[in-house]
Amino acid sequence: MTDIATYNFAYLDEQTKRMIRRAILKGIAIPGYQVPFASREMPMPYGWGTGGVQVTASIIGPDDVLKVIDQGADDTTNAVSIRAFFKKVANVAVTTDTASATIIQTRHRIPEHPPTAGQVLVYQVPIPEPLRFLEPRETETRKMHALEEYGLMHVKLYEDIAKHGRIATTYAYPVKVEGRYVMDPSPTPKFDNPKMHRSPALQLFGAGREKRIYAVPPFTDVVSLDFEDHPFEVQTFDQPCALCAAENVYLDEVILDDHGGHMFVCSDTDHCEKRREEGHRGHLAPETHFASEAHSASEELEPAQ
Amino acid sequence: MTDEPLLRVSALSKFYGSRVGCDNVSFDLWPGEVLAVVGESGSGKTTLLNCLSTRLLPSSGTASYRMRDGQFRELYRMSEAERRFLMRTDWGFVHQNPADGLRMTVSAGANVGERLMAVGDRHYGKIRATAVDWLSRVEIEQDRIDDEPRAFSGGMRQRLQIARNLVTGPRLVFMDEPTGGLDVSVQARLLDLLRGLVTDLGLAAVVVTHDLAVARLLSQRMMVMKDGRVVESGLTDRVLDDPRAPYTQLLVSSILQV
Ligand SMILES: Nc1ncnc2c1ncn2[C@@H]1O[C@H](COP(=O)(O)OP(=O)(O)OP(=O)(O)O)[C@@H](O)[C@H]1O
Ligand SMILES: [Mg+2]
Ligand SMILES: [Zn+2]
Repeated sequence: MTDIATYNFAYLDEQTKRMIRRAILKGIAIPGYQVPFASREMPMPYGWGTGGVQVTASIIGPDDVLKVIDQGADDTTNAVSIRAFFKKVANVAVTTDTASATIIQTRHRIPEHPPTAGQVLVYQVPIPEPLRFLEPRETETRKMHALEEYGLMHVKLYEDIAKHGRIATTYAYPVKVEGRYVMDPSPTPKFDNPKMHRSPALQLFGAGREKRIYAVPPFTDVVSLDFEDHPFEVQTFDQPCALCAAENVYLDEVILDDHGGHMFVCSDTDHCEKRREEGHRGHLAPETHFASEAHSASEELEPAQ
Repeated sequence: MTDEPLLRVSALSKFYGSRVGCDNVSFDLWPGEVLAVVGESGSGKTTLLNCLSTRLLPSSGTASYRMRDGQFRELYRMSEAERRFLMRTDWGFVHQNPADGLRMTVSAGANVGERLMAVGDRHYGKIRATAVDWLSRVEIEQDRIDDEPRAFSGGMRQRLQIARNLVTGPRLVFMDEPTGGLDVSVQARLLDLLRGLVTDLGLAAVVVTHDLAVARLLSQRMMVMKDGRVVESGLTDRVLDDPRAPYTQLLVSSILQV
């Protein structure tokens, strides 16, 4: 085992953590505003959540319980390695159980179990600037935020409707925060947008390569942009989860064989397993006990407390 | 009717270091009036236009604009937010190169609709209906509404740029060589269109051109510039038919001989 004493707690030095915390505090004070920060090199490549990792490293304490998800799953390489990283450098408890986590670092999903007061959601963000799609000049987009000139966001939605007959944007769907800043909710599916609205949890967003942090404090309005005659709608699925029969959850398509066989299952693996433990069964649920091959819980997990 | 000008310009100068951009320019522009600014290359036309439209801050001098509430406001004392709001609501700016005034990667309809969305229109159907209407007013076929301007000819792009500017019903439009890059027959059609729109909408405009024929066709009044200064100004017909300043005489005769 690596000697914990050779690392500063949570990897980053105290100066850096203080700098990042200041950025976080500023972000909380100005909901939805992108705060520049001096992003550090992390022992993982950009695109692997270095922004989220730095945010987590700056807020985590020895008593925290960390959950890491990637597209809703606790067991992807990305989620496993980030969790292993914090176990190693902060010696914190880790969990897959949404309810018992104090910090949930996420890429692309908000858990189905709604985050509660006292929890912190840390989003990994690749591109923090929602206006970039139509205005590549950073000087100009900053000005547009400063002056609240957001007509361009609706130009993007207009183009969607003109091309597809409806708003076809399904993820990174732009929102307005507390009636002021337009924000990219990170590449979460728009299905999750309503969960951000007045969430009792604190939501922090870290973009490592782009050196930006932003925040949505608890109980903040987060409203998805739309048109009066094309109101915002979340995705719906015309079938329940094939494993746990859950409805009104976000489903991923899983390919079963080479012959086009597939099934739709919960993207939130923890949610799916909990439901199966409770005895819910979908039409393709294996006969055996639930904790089988489907989502084999990862190697290094320990009970939360 | 009103007995007050729309724009009052007084002793406006812009220097680029020691080089003169424009020097001590004063005039009033009245509602519904089209003023042409003519002069040779480098005479300061674009500099003046950019100062008037607040795209550039002058070195000295003032310009006041009569807002919709009837109050005059000093342009260079407004906040940037106010100026940008004015620019996308009560003003228009038509660039010589349409690519500078259009979003080339979004559809024609979105180009026209952008200003409406910027001022808060949130009804897709109404925005689209307005875009359709404006495209027809600038003689662009309705079925081109979802095409990007990249697929348009130069003349169509320029007409689209005009529609994009006029959709919010501005009272004042700045144009820098609006027919500049176009071949002669396309120019003529665009000029006819512009003249019709300006008359129908009662627009005031400042049109920069080095083409005296454009000035003759579009403007009631003109200013002749040389080396950053106004050397002559007056009713367009008078200046062109009976030029007084020696430079204007030269300009008129040399152009007319071509
Ligand atoms: N950004 C700048 N920096 C320095 N000098 C400039 C700048 N822009 C214009 N000038 C100078 O100011 C003078 C007026 O230029 P301006 O572009 O206003 O002329 P113009 O009448 O519009 O010419 P053209 O017909 O060629 O467009 C010229 O001497 C020009 O070189
Ligand atoms: Mg010029
Ligand atoms: Zn499930």
